[in-house]
Amino acid sequence: MIEQLALVPGYLTAHLRLSLLALAIGAGVSIPLGVWLTRRPRLEPGVLGVASVIQTIPSLALLAIMVPALAALGALTQRFGVPLRGIGFAPALIALSLYSVLPILRNTVAGIANVDPALVEAARAVGMTDRQRLLRVELPLAMPVIVAGLRTATVWVVGTATLSTPIGATSLGNFIFSGLATRNDAAVLMGCLSAAGLALLLDALIRLLEVGMRERSRARVGVAAATLALLCGYTALSFAGTGGERPIQVGSKAFTEQYILAELMAQQIETRTGSATHKLPSLGSTVAFDALAAGDLDVYVDYTGTIWATIMQRGDLEAPRDQVLGEVTRFLDATHGIGVAAALGFENTYALGMRADQARDLSLSRLSDLAPVSPRLEIGGDYEFFQRAEWKSLLATYGFAFARQRSMDPALMYRALQEGEVDVISAFSTDGRIAAYDLVLLDDDRGVIPPYDAIVLVSARLRREHPDVMAALSALDGAIDAAAMRRMNLRVDRDGEAPSTVARAFLAERSDSP
Amino acid sequence: MIALEGLTRHFDGKAVVDGLSLTVARGELLVLLGGSGSGKTTTLKMINRLIAPTSGRVRIDGRDTAELPGHELRRSIGYCFQQIGLFPHMSVAENVAITPSLLGWDPAEIRRRVDELLTRVELAPEEFRDRAPDALSGGQQQRVGLARALAARPLVMLLDEPFGALDPLTRDRLQQEFQQIRRDLELTAIFVTHDMVEALLLGDRIAVLEEGRLAQVGTPAELLRSPANAYVERLMETPRRQAELVDRFLGRDAGP
Repeated sequence: MIEQLALVPGYLTAHLRLSLLALAIGAGVSIPLGVWLTRRPRLEPGVLGVASVIQTIPSLALLAIMVPALAALGALTQRFGVPLRGIGFAPALIALSLYSVLPILRNTVAGIANVDPALVEAARAVGMTDRQRLLRVELPLAMPVIVAGLRTATVWVVGTATLSTPIGATSLGNFIFSGLATRNDAAVLMGCLSAAGLALLLDALIRLLEVGMRERSRARVGVAAATLALLCGYTALSFAGTGGERPIQVGSKAFTEQYILAELMAQQIETRTGSATHKLPSLGSTVAFDALAAGDLDVYVDYTGTIWATIMQRGDLEAPRDQVLGEVTRFLDATHGIGVAAALGFENTYALGMRADQARDLSLSRLSDLAPVSPRLEIGGDYEFFQRAEWKSLLATYGFAFARQRSMDPALMYRALQEGEVDVISAFSTDGRIAAYDLVLLDDDRGVIPPYDAIVLVSARLRREHPDVMAALSALDGAIDAAAMRRMNLRVDRDGEAPSTVARAFLAERSDSP
Repeated sequence: MIALEGLTRHFDGKAVVDGLSLTVARGELLVLLGGSGSGKTTTLKMINRLIAPTSGRVRIDGRDTAELPGHELRRSIGYCFQQIGLFPHMSVAENVAITPSLLGWDPAEIRRRVDELLTRVELAPEEFRDRAPDALSGGQQQRVGLARALAARPLVMLLDEPFGALDPLTRDRLQQEFQQIRRDLELTAIFVTHDMVEALLLGDRIAVLEEGRLAQVGTPAELLRSPANAYVERLMETPRRQAELVDRFLGRDAGP
């Protein structure tokens, strides 16, 4: 809990910076655009339609789309010497700005359109120019409606900003994603409460500002404006402080093992080389790889089978472990300049798991046994699983016909299995929860699932510029076996220890032993 | 002073005002009279170009008004209408001060002018200056509307049924006050109404519009005596009958 509290200022500042800037851009675009539309009513349905379509894109998808979009744009701007990162702050900012457009735009148009026509006529009759009419009559009278739109956008943006964690932008979502993945309810709660509190605070400040202006109360306007200015100034200062030498960017995907390994690598780098690191936790799987290829990320752990199937698009799944590792290494080097600094020494393969008692009742131990009873069972998989080549091979080889398949958050999948909502889940072989929940993994007796060696992937830039970091990472080659990994996972998942603590203990133990 | 020359306005291909020519002398009040859809409001709004004419022109003191940008023209012409249109987010004083402030008058001069006008329309400045328009009665609001229209010392006033929404006593009072102000300031005015009695009471001359065309123009007496067509005659019957009725109640014989 105390560890989580220590993270609040950093996450909160990042969250505030992202939200405020997105809202400023959103309002800066939407209010002038809304005004312009009231002068060209014929274009209004079209433009509002586009804004509505953007709004209907699920926020997580909109954020994710920005990553390849910005990577493509970055390739273009790079030629003019302007680097643009495909993950992190920039894509999150653009997506959130787009997201804030509709409520502000719609309310600006409606607010101005609903100004009493008699007042518009009076404004013209007393000799106002179009501009004077807008500034002195229409905008002041539409202001309560526009501000209502801004407040809606504020609550949306602050809430949605928590989803920018998987694309590498620090936010209060870091609490939520890592908390969900490591079963740390306190962290999840911390993230939710902080985000809700921030949304309410900003909403209240904007409201105070608007009411104060309407009622011409200097005190209210003063308090609200000063507080908002203070928040903006504070986040701007923290922004300016992020310059200088870029720390080594260490990524992780959104599950326990990945958090531990990211901590472990970061600590290894810092103690061995003294280089500063920055962690990008809870990245989407392809986001992490794309970011590494683009050089936005320097190091993260992936698995040979994943690269083999999703990046290399290889259909031949039954290749031997060493051969896959060798081919993957050559492929990554040749196509992306990505290096494999170490193979950690364990495999984390996909496996199908069941509750031990249910497996006993049905006398199941192998996947071949599962196929005949599958029509009576339901299967749960993580978000990627059912799209993966392995699942297609499993279906083709064993001929499963489950009654129902459900995609769910990996963190919730185990609880669903425990509570009998699903009968079979896609599990990871190193998952500490397998022992914690008394599950069994069914044997892949026909060898469909490829080897999933955990490998440390490093960017071309890191290989080129930081030989010391490369050496520190290579020292981890073969350092962790499956049992060790499972133990570390269990300490986080079951005992509620922080990934950093577990990683530190592992490294300490390793340096103590000869 | 004011000359309309072949003034025409089409809406959706249909002529709402059709080739209207009229002159108004300096200091005269001309009433535009007609039923709804007769084109009287459209005519009025073409004079200060709230509506642009399809063809024809308006001259004020011989000068074609199309030569000026619309907003500059409107700053020199007072305009009052039934909905009044006081800006709810401004105080009474700010409403009255609008046109002078648009013209860039000195703030002290504007303050003096606002107080002078509020006094003129019988609203005590110290009591009403800082009030919100919403806090005023309908009659008080139209007084402020009148003060706002007069603020920049226009020589021409356009009025579109300004007293139409007021109760009869307030209307009567404001009509009298307006006449007094108009005479004191020697204003030239065009006054739109569909109220025959109001037209007869206020108008130096009355122009009757029928479907966008001029049916007849003349003094109230001329219109009563010799209506040019059946429509004008029918219009004049109403005040005549009302006058006879009133006379009968008072126990007098109707007319000579």
